[in-house]
Order: sequence, then C-alpha cells, then structure tokens
Amino acid sequence: MADKYQIKDLDLFYGDFQALTDVNLNIEEKQITAFIGPSGCGKSTLLKTLNRMNDLVDGCRITGQVLLDGVDIYDNYDVNLLRKNVGMVFQKPNPFPMSIYDNIAYGPRTHGIRKKALLDDIVEESLRKAAIWDEVKDRLKRNALSVSGGQQQRICIARALAVEPEVLLMDEPTSALDPISTNKIEDLVLDLKKYYTIVIVTHNMQQATRISDATAFFLLGKIIEFDATSNLFSMPKDKRTEDYITGRFG
Amino acid sequence: MKKQKILDRLMGIVFRITATISIASVILILVFIVINSIPALREIGIFQFITGKTWAPTDTPASFGLLPMILGSIYVTAGAILIGVPLGLFTAIFMARFCPPKLYKFLKPLIDLLAGIPSIVYGFFGLVFIVPLVRTVLGGTGNSILTASILLGIMILPTIIGLSEAAIRAVPQSYYEGALSLGATHERAVFTLLLPAAKSGIFASVILGIGRAIGETMAVVMVAGNQARVPTGILNGVRTMTSSIVIEMGYAADLHRGALIASGLVLFVFILILNIAFSLLNTRKGA
Repeated sequence: MADKYQIKDLDLFYGDFQALTDVNLNIEEKQITAFIGPSGCGKSTLLKTLNRMNDLVDGCRITGQVLLDGVDIYDNYDVNLLRKNVGMVFQKPNPFPMSIYDNIAYGPRTHGIRKKALLDDIVEESLRKAAIWDEVKDRLKRNALSVSGGQQQRICIARALAVEPEVLLMDEPTSALDPISTNKIEDLVLDLKKYYTIVIVTHNMQQATRISDATAFFLLGKIIEFDATSNLFSMPKDKRTEDYITGRFG
Repeated sequence: MKKQKILDRLMGIVFRITATISIASVILILVFIVINSIPALREIGIFQFITGKTWAPTDTPASFGLLPMILGSIYVTAGAILIGVPLGLFTAIFMARFCPPKLYKFLKPLIDLLAGIPSIVYGFFGLVFIVPLVRTVLGGTGNSILTASILLGIMILPTIIGLSEAAIRAVPQSYYEGALSLGATHERAVFTLLLPAAKSGIFASVILGIGRAIGETMAVVMVAGNQARVPTGILNGVRTMTSSIVIEMGYAADLHRGALIASGLVLFVFILILNIAFSLLNTRKGA
C-alpha cells in the first residue's frame, strides 16, 4: 500500500523545550494508525503537526520534513487547503454554538458552496457517514450543543467529513465519552477506513488493538517502536514497549 | 473558638449594614425623585408634560413640554451609537484577535485611559476641536446634534471596546480551532464563528454604552447648543434632558423646579428600561 504521510527526521520545539526528537514514520493510506504512550510523550503533538495546528502555538519550531502525498506541508504549502484535506476531531467534542445543520455546513460554506440543495445533500451524506443521521434528522435546526456528548462527537466527525478530507486525525476522540458512545465511535472509525486514512491518538490500549492496523509507541518525544498492531501488542521488540503495554507504567 | 464566633457574627452585621446603605441610597433617590415630581406632574399633566413641544418655564403662562429634550436625548444617543458602536466593535475585534502582543501592551492602557478622562475635558476637546470642524465643513454654528453625537460616540468607546473585547476573548478557543481545522482562515473564523458566539456580550456593551451616552451631561452641554426646541436636522442645536436640568436648576423655583425633577424621573425611567433589557440579556445568556 502507498504511504499517505512520510515523516522524516522531525524535531519539534516549544521554545527551548524539545517535544519531539528525530521522528521517522510512514503512515499508510486507508489504514488506521494509532499513537499510544503516556501523557506528555508527544503523540498529540505529532498529530497536530500533520495538519499544522501547531502553527497556532507561540514559539513552536519544526525541523525535518512532513510529506503528504510526497509534498512537504511545511514548505510553502497552502495551510487552509491542507486542513481541508486533513480533517481533525478533537478530544473534547467542540460543536459550534449553532444548529446541527449549520455546524455541518460550516466547512462547505467556508470553501464557497452556497447552493441550498447541494448543502442539504452534503449535510445528509456527512451525517449518514458519521452514523448519526437517524438520530438527528428531525432536529437539524436544533442547537448542536443540545444533544448528548457522544452525539456531539459524531456531529464533529460529520462536520470534518463534510469538507471531503482524505485524512482524518483523531485526538483521543472517545476519552470524554461513556462506553456505549465509545463503542459507536469505534465502529464508525472502522467503517470510515474504507474511504479515509485515519490517525488516532489514544490512551486506551484496548482501543488501539481493537481498531488500528499499525501502532506507534511514544515515550518522551521519541517513537520507541512502530509496527503492525498485532505484532506490537503480541511480541513487542523493545523492553519499554512491553512494560507499557503490560501496564507496568504510564 | 468563641472569639472566632463573635468575629463572624460581627462581620456578618457589618456586611449587612454596608449592603443596606448601598441599596437604601438607590431607593432613596427613587423616592426623592418620585415625591418631588408628583405635584408638578399633577399640575402640568403627565401626557402634556411628555408630549408638549414647548418648554418656556419663564413665560406667563409658563409651558412645560419635555418632548424637545426627550427627542434631544434620543437623537444624540442614537447618533453616539451609530458612531461609537462600529468604531468600538471593530477596535474590540482587532484588540482581541488581530493585535500583535507588543502593540496590545501599548494600546490597552490607552483605551483604559480614555475611560478615565473627566467628561469636562471631553467637553473642552469637543468645544475647541469638533465644534469648529463641523462648522467649517458643514456650516451652521457647529453646536449641533452631529457634534454631540461624535463626542459621545468617542466617550462610549471604552465601554464598547472593553466589554466587547472581553466577550470575544471569552469564546472557547476550541471553537476557533474547530473552524481552522476545517480550512477556515483566521478572518473567517473570527467573523463567522467567534463574533456570533460573543453576540450577547456585545449587545450588553451596546446597552451600557447607551446608558453612558443618555446620562452624560457636561460634555453635551458644552457642544450641543442647548436650544429647547424640536430639532429638524442633525446640524440643529439640541438640548438633552440632562442639559436642561443642569442649565436651569440654579435659578428654578416652584413648578419650574418640580418640572426639572420630573425630567429626572423620565431619565430614570429610560435608564430603568435599559437596565431591565440588560439583565434580560444576561439571564438569557445564563440559560
């Protein structure tokens, strides 16, 4: 399979603090790649370099290369176009304080789609893909903040899908949700793999084993081990990986 | 242990007294205005007082029509809002979301300073700068609705800027990040997401600005011309309710004095309506 992302010799600094050291990683197309590791290990930081959300952080510097389809996204790349192609779902559901419909339509409108009929289609299709259409189809005009946390998160996923991205980045998307909602989102993510390259940060190792194809284990800003998920969890090569996945620390 | 208890009780009493004094002063002011207004309102007639177009307190027979002053206050305040709100709101947007930190450190104290300038100083500025400017550019005496509106528009800027900026800053960063992650530009995220999300705070700032403008006296007296007649254009001189009171209270007696106090009552009702609107807005935000 083709590599969607190639990360080469990436170092990342927040001011004087080095958050990522010498990261080399290839992310395969239409696969689910999981980042695991203890808090503060750099997994979310690496995720945010993939759509350049780190640009918002003052004093953030990067050396090395992040190639998306072979093109360096840190070298003269249209950042708004990048973020259209690389969607993101956040740890805490963050629907906008407007109707469910307007939430989903926000992205397409941003990219110039004005026709009502077309927007209607996009909204329905996105909500269907995010497996929430049946639950909200009768209340699209209701405020998105009025539904449950799990539904909010799926609305956020639908909102990200509405701009037709190729990659979906998910930053611990279920950590704020109950087990049933978590289950629904995991099923959804597995289903979305057909169309999208998915990178998911998770604290939950069971979640990584359940849904991901490949897993990267992070420690103190470095990738300790990267392998097919089944290999990494059944026969880790590094002692530190083994200690972490068997629950000896973290 | 016992000592602590006594101290607690003592402090409770002190707080109760201070709170009572604060609230009592509001009630006393209201009672004073109402009691002193009633005789005059009874003699003139409330309807006649509010809709009468002639204010001639020293004529025989005297007439007390407050309409020119009511309209004067409304026109001047509306003008101040038309000028101050767009200016203040865009400044607030700039301060909250576009201003480089180094410039912000310099600008923020300046805007706070604007709030601290005494209104008489604003009045002088209006008198020596805005009045001649309006006179030269548009003709007339320069003492006009327009002049007062411009001056008041400047005076309400710190209120509008301060509260609107705080409202925009209070919008969760997660909304902003969400918008950017969909490929929105900074400008689009600010104008289509942060601004609508901050709108109740922005409305509140406008209402407080209206309150400030309608109650302002000294600066307005100095630049508005103060003619007690219904104005016909923005270059006409105008007298507000506050101006009327401050100009005539020094020599007014009997019914004239009562009529001026009744003007204060009308002003009080205006402010009351604004405050009710303000608190309605806040409760809706809380819900």
